[in-house]
This record gives sequence, C-alpha cells and structure tokens, in this order.
Amino acid sequence: MSASATVASVSAGQTQVNPGLQNETQIVPVAATAESRKRTRRPRRTDPGYRRNAGPFARLAEHFRRYWQLWLMVTPAICFIGLFAYVPMYGVQLAFRDFVPSKGLAGGPWVGLKYFRQFLESPMFGNIMKNTISISLWTMVMGFIAPIILALLINQIGSKKIKGFVQTITYMPHFISTVVIVAMISIFLTPDTGLLGRFFGDTSLLGNPDLFTPIYWISEVWQHVGWNSIIYLAALSSVDTSLYEAAKVDGARRMQLIRYVDFPTIMPTCGILLILNMGSILNVGFEKVFLMQNALNLSASEVISTYTYKIGIVSNQFSYSTAIGLFNTLINFVFLVIANAISKRVSETSIF
Amino acid sequence: MAATSKNTGSRQPQKVSGDEIPWNRKHGQSKTISDHVADIVIGLVVLAIVIVVLYPLWFIVIASFSDPTKVAIGQVVALPQGTNFTGYTRIFEDSRIWNGYQNTLLYAVVGTVLNMVVTLPAAFALSRSEFRPRRIIMFLFTFTMFFGGGLIPSYLLYKQIGILNSMWVFILPGAVSVYNLIIARSFFETSIPEELHDAAQIDGMSYFGYFMRIVLPLSSAIIAVIALYYFVGHWNDYFTGLIYIRDSTKEPLQNVLQSILLANQTNSNTAGMTAVAAQRFAEQIKYGVIIVSTLPLLVMYPFLQKYFNKGVMIGAVKG
Repeated sequence: MSASATVASVSAGQTQVNPGLQNETQIVPVAATAESRKRTRRPRRTDPGYRRNAGPFARLAEHFRRYWQLWLMVTPAICFIGLFAYVPMYGVQLAFRDFVPSKGLAGGPWVGLKYFRQFLESPMFGNIMKNTISISLWTMVMGFIAPIILALLINQIGSKKIKGFVQTITYMPHFISTVVIVAMISIFLTPDTGLLGRFFGDTSLLGNPDLFTPIYWISEVWQHVGWNSIIYLAALSSVDTSLYEAAKVDGARRMQLIRYVDFPTIMPTCGILLILNMGSILNVGFEKVFLMQNALNLSASEVISTYTYKIGIVSNQFSYSTAIGLFNTLINFVFLVIANAISKRVSETSIF
Repeated sequence: MAATSKNTGSRQPQKVSGDEIPWNRKHGQSKTISDHVADIVIGLVVLAIVIVVLYPLWFIVIASFSDPTKVAIGQVVALPQGTNFTGYTRIFEDSRIWNGYQNTLLYAVVGTVLNMVVTLPAAFALSRSEFRPRRIIMFLFTFTMFFGGGLIPSYLLYKQIGILNSMWVFILPGAVSVYNLIIARSFFETSIPEELHDAAQIDGMSYFGYFMRIVLPLSSAIIAVIALYYFVGHWNDYFTGLIYIRDSTKEPLQNVLQSILLANQTNSNTAGMTAVAAQRFAEQIKYGVIIVSTLPLLVMYPFLQKYFNKGVMIGAVKG
C-alpha cells in the first residue's frame, strides 16, 4: 500500500503541487483514517480555492474546472444509459397512442387507455396472469429458501477442502446457458428413453400443463442454488466465532447453533434479497419459458413476457404490446415499493 | 497452556481457546455424540446435493461418446459404454456450429472490451465522494434496473438507429450493466485506500493519471470479475439473436444451438438408417453439441471460480 504510494509519487515525476489543495484539512484526515482501514464518509473538502459565495455560474465553472476529468470518464456510460434505457422509456408513450410506423416513437394520435383496457378485457388475461404469478411465486419462494439452506449446510462442513469442492460443484450449472439447460430438460424428460422420462413410460412430461410450473422451478433451483448461496456464505463467514463459543458453553447443540447464531446473522441479507426479488415478481425470464413452451403446455406456459413478444414482434401490434409490457413493469414497481416499505418498518433494512 | 489452566492456584485470567475451557471439556462439549450425528447427517445431505447437481452434467459427458442405442435403453449409467465418436465427427463437419462459434466469439470479445472501457472509468468517477453529481447520476442509473421501456420501444429505437440485424445490436445496447457498475464502484470505494489518492494529489497527479496508474493496477481482481460477468453474459445471450437478427449467417452460437437442440434440425446424414436409429443418432449429436458449446466456460470455470466468488461478495458489500 505504502509502496504503491511511493511508486505513484515517483512516477508522477516532478511534484508540482496544486496550491489550492494544500492545507491542514487535507493532511489531518490521512493520519486519522490510517488507524481504521474501513473508510467512513469523510468531511467534504473545504479548501480556500473553492469560493463558497461566488455566483452560480462561477461555481459551476469551478466545478467543471476541477472535475472535468471525472465528467469525461462518466460521460460514455451516461450516453449509453441515456440512449438505450431512457429513450425507450420515452417510447413508452406508444402504449397510449395508435402507432404509426412512419412517425417514429412519438407519432400517432392519443388513444388513452384503450390498449390497457383491451388487455384487461381480453379472454387471455386471466390465464396469462395466473400463469405468470404462479410460475414466478413458486420460483421466488423456492429459489429464496433453497440457497439459505444450502449455505447453512455448507457452513457446517468442517474441512475447507470439502467446502470448496461442494461450492465448486454447486455453482457450476449457473454458467450453462438457458438454451442448453432447456435442451437438457427436454432430453432428460424424453418419454421412454430419457434419463428421467423412462420412469414415466410414454407420457410426455413437458407436454403436461400441470407439470410445467414444477419443472420450471425445480430446474431453476437446480441451476442457481449454489450461486445464490454465495452471498449468504459471505454473510456467515463474518459471524463472530466467540458467539459460537458462548453458545457452546451454554450447551447449545448443532441445530441450536444454526438457529440462534447463524440464522440471525443472515437475516438482514435475506431481507434485502427478498425485497429485490419482490421487484421482479412478474418478471418470469422470457428465454426459459419461451424455450420450454410447446403446443401442448401452452395453457400453463403463456406468461406476460412471451405474450408481449408474440403480440409485438410476431404479429406487429406495437402499441398493444407496449401497453402489456408497461402494465408488467408498473406492477413490478408497485411490488418493489410495497416490499421495501414493509421491510423498512419491520427490520429497518431497505434499498431506498 | 492446558497444564497451567489446571493449576487452580493461578488467579490470572488466561486466554484459552474454545476446547480448552475446562467446564466445556468436562461436559464433553468439544464434540458430543449429537455433534457427530449432526456431522454425519449434514455430510449425507450435502453429498446428496452434490450428486443431484453433478450427475446430469456427468451423464451428458459420458452419453456424448457412448453407443447411442445403449444410452437409449439405459445401460449407460456411470461410465461410457461402447465408445463411439461419430456424434463429434458430425458436429465438427457442421458449418453452422462453427459459424455460430465464430460470431459469438467476435461479439463476446468486442462486447466485453467495450463494456470494460465504458464501465470502469464510470465506476471510478462515481466512486469519488467529492464528485457531487454522483448521487443523482447513480440514482438515474439504478432506476433503469427497475424500470424500462420494454421490448417494443427498444426494438423501434434499434431500428431507427440502424443496428438491427448487425453485430452492433449485441454490443452497444448492453454496453453498461448497472449491476456490474455498482460492483466496480463498491470495490473502488472500499478496497482502494483513500490515502493513495491524497498522496497522488499531493504529487500533482490528475484523476486520469491516478485512475490509470494507481487504481487500475490495484484492481486486477475486480477487473477479472467484471470481464468474466460480461463475457459469460455475451456467450449465453440468446434473446438478442432471437429478436434482432434475421440473417442466419450472423446468428450467435446460442441461436444455432436452439435450432439444433430444440427444433431438432440436426444436420445428419441419416441415409441407410432406420427411423429409430436416426432418432438415437440425433440424440447423440445433441449431447455432443451441449459439450462443445459449454466446454469453453466449463474449462475456464475452475480457474476463475474464486474470482466469481469474490465478485458476488464485493457486490454484497453495498447492494
């Protein structure tokens, strides 16, 4: 650390000191923070070069003079986010207009909530909502519980080598692409010859609407459980070992250690992750559902995202499709805000 | 230590480690029978989990070079039976796969380079606490994680700026992932000692110089993590190819895989085979294709796993 600092000073060549930056407030915090490695929020720099009661333009000019390099560094990211995230947001108004291709994103007459009404009144609506909610709720609940259990189990393994091995194995499926995962599901479930399918004779498991949701969430859990457990393991590794000792002295058994020491430690992490998951309650991954869909299971597998795709891209009803997408986003957002508010009340952890 | 703690005359409080606490040992609490039972139960459960996760992957590997008939009737269980590499031969002759491979490699490499060039400086700028606009910029970035325009407005935008059906549609729209940006920013905030910046500033170093010569060399861990996240993301991207690419010569690997694995368009020469044999042969090709397409990631994986691990933990520090 200090070595790099020296290298830096040397590599900077002649030390031309910026006079505006030389005063005690600069030096003192260095010595103070040297004690604790963890950086706390430092007091804002108040150096004489910064004229506090200058006019707004002078202050702005001063700001840019000082920070133009940081602005330059962040500008490309701002441009990309602005173009590819905010321009489409502006295009959301398509949902309230009759789209005219020649007039671009903001063309066409206003039609108000016509397309929302069309979606809410369409015969597909009930079924699509039911499928979306049941698939995402199952996946969310199971995908939330499983990593916690796995992390608690892995944490109990004494040997570091075995621990590492188990982690390596359980993370692995996370990196396999959705296409390959769905292909594996379909190969394994092939009637008569598949690894699992052969135990069910010649009934097609993927073609059974009742089994779509279970197949979906079980494979989701299989793929991501190890990966999602990392964050809990990180939280568990910060448990103060003296707590274990104290609990053992009090006669706690293994299960009690897990319940009274491990579990409370990861609760705040669980809270945050639960809130974040709530924010995507209607966001069932498009790719996987789309790839798992077939004519036989469509009654259970048509969800909002696949429907948006079919209406919009396949049959070119741009306004209608945008309206459905916006409806989805709004509900997600409402869930996120509600979950956040509840969590703020209950556990004082929140994301905003 | 153990000997001295037996000495009852000693009045001085002594540091003792857990299993040396006398009353602890008296109750046999260093490892009780219940502890051993718990160890065994936990061990068995974990073993079961490992098998459940690993076996399907192992099965794909052995099935890809076993006799397809033996695979179909269930004789291939733990080890390959009747070694047979015809599946792989056919795969290596299939030009679509190589074309897809080449496209994906191009998109992933160019894409990842752009990702890094855009993300790292932005994350650094946003990690500087004296940069006051950072809060509002950060909020505007984070907001896009939860709210977006959706499929159709994006599609129309891409059409308007003319990147539909070209390689740029894989590269430009995803140039910044806010999630990765937050990870990098947290790393710069927590892992690069602030004293370094003070030292650099006193030496008259600009932000550019500080970033290039001090921050980046100290951040190899996070650079590796983010590059890997981006690379894997590009490698596994299926959606973009499905929606924005019409020209089959520009299709990335995942879309080629989809047509082979799920739409059953195996390019196999099935002349002189019965329908059943052709079907089994097609299955064998599928196993092989899965291996060929996933191999690069799985080979890299054991070496890179610790970085991935680190990435999640750094990301966890400040959501």
